[in-house]
Amino acid sequence: MTASFLGDELGPRGRRMTRIVSAISAVLLAAFLFVLLTRLGDKGQLDEAKWRPFTQWLVIKFFLEGLRFTIQLALVSMVGAMVIGTVMALARLARTRLVRWVATAYVEFFRGIPLVLLIFFCALGLPAYGVRLSLFWYVALGLIVYNSSVLGEIFRAGILSLDRGQTEAAYSLGMGYWQTMGLVVIPQAARRMIPAIVSQLVTLLKDTSLGSAIAFEELLRRAQINGEFFQNRLQSLVVASLIYIVVNFALSRLARRLEVRQRRKYKAGAIVVPGGGMDLAVLGAQADAAGGGGAI
Amino acid sequence: MRRTIELSVLSFILAFMIGIVAAACRVSPVPPLRWASATYIELVRNTPLLVLMFLMVFGLPSAGFTFSFYASAIIVLSVYTGTFVAETVRSGVNSVAKGQGEAARAVGLTFPQTLRLVVLPQALRTVVGPLGGIFIALLKNSGLAVVINVPELTAAANEVGTNTARFIPAFLGASVAYLMLTVPSGFFVTWLEHKVAIKR
Repeated sequence: MTASFLGDELGPRGRRMTRIVSAISAVLLAAFLFVLLTRLGDKGQLDEAKWRPFTQWLVIKFFLEGLRFTIQLALVSMVGAMVIGTVMALARLARTRLVRWVATAYVEFFRGIPLVLLIFFCALGLPAYGVRLSLFWYVALGLIVYNSSVLGEIFRAGILSLDRGQTEAAYSLGMGYWQTMGLVVIPQAARRMIPAIVSQLVTLLKDTSLGSAIAFEELLRRAQINGEFFQNRLQSLVVASLIYIVVNFALSRLARRLEVRQRRKYKAGAIVVPGGGMDLAVLGAQADAAGGGGAI
Repeated sequence: MRRTIELSVLSFILAFMIGIVAAACRVSPVPPLRWASATYIELVRNTPLLVLMFLMVFGLPSAGFTFSFYASAIIVLSVYTGTFVAETVRSGVNSVAKGQGEAARAVGLTFPQTLRLVVLPQALRTVVGPLGGIFIALLKNSGLAVVINVPELTAAANEVGTNTARFIPAFLGASVAYLMLTVPSGFFVTWLEHKVAIKR
């Protein structure tokens, strides 16, 4: 980062202030960490016994399998959500009012309720009506339905962000509605949406942890089980969170890099995903979001 | 349901404050502050909320701090949401024209003053929309407080469902309740956005 902040180089007094504040805050931070660690140590949280299980291969395998389930869940849900999301987006832009209305109702309903509720609903409500699936599919179903509405909105924003001229040109060449969509609009929109989709994937990965609430053995649940078995709950949770952080951080970086590359290559901004990780929730207003703005 | 609203509103206010402070640190010229807040944001943002909740409940007592379930929920929710607020505010700050900062320096304002009097007011107005989105997401995330025994809306739905074995109506009821909260919030945010929009 350059030395200019908020527009201007800092003068000598500014630099001095900066150095003083740096020193003070560094000391405060160090003190804070020190206190935290000593307190943890006092309560025996830094004991070797509590951390040793993680060097056993069985335990590591246990966690890694959890991670595998988590990733499987995320990928499956993502694919499913993309398929349904595309349908929804197209439906919302349809020319028939009824189709539009149904799609809008679907999207608004599933975006407005918590994912937890949806998953509980699938896991507890469906069996009551004779639909029995594996735990994996309960969570997956909830995730797919929920994310299809979020992705639907992203897709719609993507399609709408495309320059009108493209569609007009296509029509003037004599292409029909579906031809225009398939050959002109969607390919271009898809490119712009990739960073937003990857970003949503990060959120999706985090949401897989909700599977633990219905005892599906993904990463978080396994961390809990491990914690109870070895009586090292805190440590297990810390390990699990580290795994999540590493995976998500890598994905976020990827998303950011994709967006930068996109801007350079196609001179087209990406779809802005506000709140970067929490989903789009402002009704409809995002449809016109195009380009520019901060990459969140 | 009342709990849900309480949780969300309190957490949001807290998150808002945390977020602004974190954002300010993130763009500050003081390296330790920048580093500390960047670490905080990246760490917390990339962990699932559930994991954070459990960390809070199982971890903190071990470190010597104990809070009630309710307070823990608020703390976790605000810390988590605070990161998103920080990111959004930061993008808002970045979107404020550089000329503003330069002009402020020219007039002689110090960095904190510039932030407070010039940059933030403009940044915040731009950022109202996404912040609203964050609030709505918070409303929904508060549902997770059920895992640490806070009597919240999702928990109630669960209970009613288990007691009456009529899950679908119970969940539909809860869904409607959530929708009653989120949809109007959405409208309110859009309206607010228009009111404070900076006329260009």
